[in-house]
Amino acid sequence: MATTETAVRVEDKLFQNRYLVDAGRAHIKVRPHTTPSPALKALLTTCPAKCYEMNDKGQVEITADGCVECGTCRIIGEPSGDIEWNYPRGGYGVLFKFG
Amino acid sequence: MIDEKFDAIVVGAGMAGNAAAYTMAKRGLKVLQLERGEYSGSKNVQGAILYADMMEKIIPDFREDAPLERHLIEQRFWMMTDNSHTGLQYRSDEFNEESPNRYTIIRAQFDKWFSSKVREAGALVVCETTVTELVQDAYGKVIGVKTDRGGGQIHADVVVLAEGVTGLLGTRAGLRKIPKPTEVALAVKEMHFLPQEVIEQRFNLKGNEGVVIEAAGTISKGMTGMGFIYTNRECISVGLGCLVSDFQSTGVSPYQLLEKFKSHPSVAPLLEGSEVKEYAAHLIPEGGYKAIPQLYGDGWVVVGDAAQLNNAIHREGSNLAMTSGRIAAEAVFQVKSRKDPMTAQNLSLYKKMLDDSFIMKDLKKYKDMPKLLHIQSQNFFLTYPQLVNKAMENYLRVDGTPKKEKQKLTMKSFVSARSWAGLFGDAFRLARAWR
Ligand SMILES: Cc1cc2nc3c(=O)[nH]c(=O)nc-3n(C[C@H](O)[C@H](O)[C@H](O)COP(=O)(O)OP(=O)(O)OC[C@H]3O[C@@H](n4cnc5c(N)ncnc54)[C@H](O)[C@@H]3O)c2cc1C
Ligand code: SF4
Repeated sequence: MATTETAVRVEDKLFQNRYLVDAGRAHIKVRPHTTPSPALKALLTTCPAKCYEMNDKGQVEITADGCVECGTCRIIGEPSGDIEWNYPRGGYGVLFKFG
Repeated sequence: MIDEKFDAIVVGAGMAGNAAAYTMAKRGLKVLQLERGEYSGSKNVQGAILYADMMEKIIPDFREDAPLERHLIEQRFWMMTDNSHTGLQYRSDEFNEESPNRYTIIRAQFDKWFSSKVREAGALVVCETTVTELVQDAYGKVIGVKTDRGGGQIHADVVVLAEGVTGLLGTRAGLRKIPKPTEVALAVKEMHFLPQEVIEQRFNLKGNEGVVIEAAGTISKGMTGMGFIYTNRECISVGLGCLVSDFQSTGVSPYQLLEKFKSHPSVAPLLEGSEVKEYAAHLIPEGGYKAIPQLYGDGWVVVGDAAQLNNAIHREGSNLAMTSGRIAAEAVFQVKSRKDPMTAQNLSLYKKMLDDSFIMKDLKKYKDMPKLLHIQSQNFFLTYPQLVNKAMENYLRVDGTPKKEKQKLTMKSFVSARSWAGLFGDAFRLARAWR
């Protein structure tokens, strides 16, 4: 029997997690651009919390509220200067109960 | 903020940082440990298997009060296709021993406990504080840190960087390079809760016995990666990780891949009816021996995942982290007791002690493995699992085909998929990398 590919919404997964959002202080920033680089485009699918999205002008934007601080986008996007990556301020961000 | 000068500042309260801070504080050094999480463990993700031997070397009687889930009596390896798996299983009552060798743990809880021991040992542990910068003197010697709590610099003779795989501070200060996408895997994982009796029934366990399953094959769609299923007391950890470079080039979504793994006919019945209480993601260093950076310098040492000390083949990381933390602490203590300065030359003792330990010996043994698995990922993670599972099906299905013909067919399927040269080449390369 073949298994069916079930599309899942990551929002439903992130909903289980605890966060302390540092309002107004995003810890990750995308460098302003007109057309996204291949690295930025890769972040649309690779980020495990789907924080990166394409806006209607075709630019890549980040909303880091659901970020699980894995660092993947830093590995892909920081060396080329596409993104600026920092940890949230101490105590803020994701709070794992189990990890 | 803090005016006094410390013998050592430890950045990070994961396995490596806690081991280092504990060991130095126990030896009487004045230690400050800084952690960005709400508490030690609140940012940390692991499968998680704890290797008791390495923990005993730090806290011999840890079993008395550490939060341990289950001791492992069984290990399964699954080679998977989309609807089957060929398994290797080892179970032994010998593992039901007085002082078991491996346990499952829940990292956030274990780290919290470990951190309480660090405090008891006398270190000053400050959480909810992100270290933002290493302070260097005019000659480049690291003399302290700055944090996001303001209040300027905090000084110490040596800074132990136990900042985990992301390693922002060390890379920003130019002490090492940011890991390449080929050198780190991204793992996603979920915690599935079920009543204790249900877990014990499904996995054939009693009391505190536990099972772990490691899985590879078409679940990673040809990428270099592995899945895992670990039993805790009242929950099951399920996760999957692949190289970042593979996710990047294939455009496969990590959580869709995890969803697919969970719905595999061999996996789904184990999880049925569970309640998911957390979704986490974390990087794992996978570069092996060749990716290990400079490990010490004037006024600093780096330990654990930040130093890429991780044995991906055996799924060992936290034991290398805690051991490197302990060894670095012992080296610092020795330099300190001789009243010598914390120069690169004196701190090279740490590297020397690490070279003599199982850490460097194991990592050196597998130095060619990461590259082999990466370059050959299609063969090892897609082609071979399919061939092996097909061969198993062919072998077991009784349909009137003469056995000799069946064997011929199986052989033919291997040769046509990889050619004789390919098969021998793969076997040779694998044997050499394993040696
Ligand atoms: C899914 C998964 C499964 C795994 N399974 C296993 C397993 O079964 N067995 C095993 O042995 N290993 C396993 N590992 C590997 C293991 O988790 C790591 O090797 C181990 O956690 C490394 O410990 P560490 O102390 O070096 O880093 P971490 O545990 O990551 O700790 C780093 C700490 O530093 C803090 N920090 C970082 N930067 C700063 C800063 N600037 N200021 C303040 N604090 C900071 C972080 O918040 C964190 O607490 C697994 C890893 C993953 C992701
Ligand atoms: S750190 Fe990880 S979760 Fe956060 S935005 Fe980057 S890739 Fe996404």
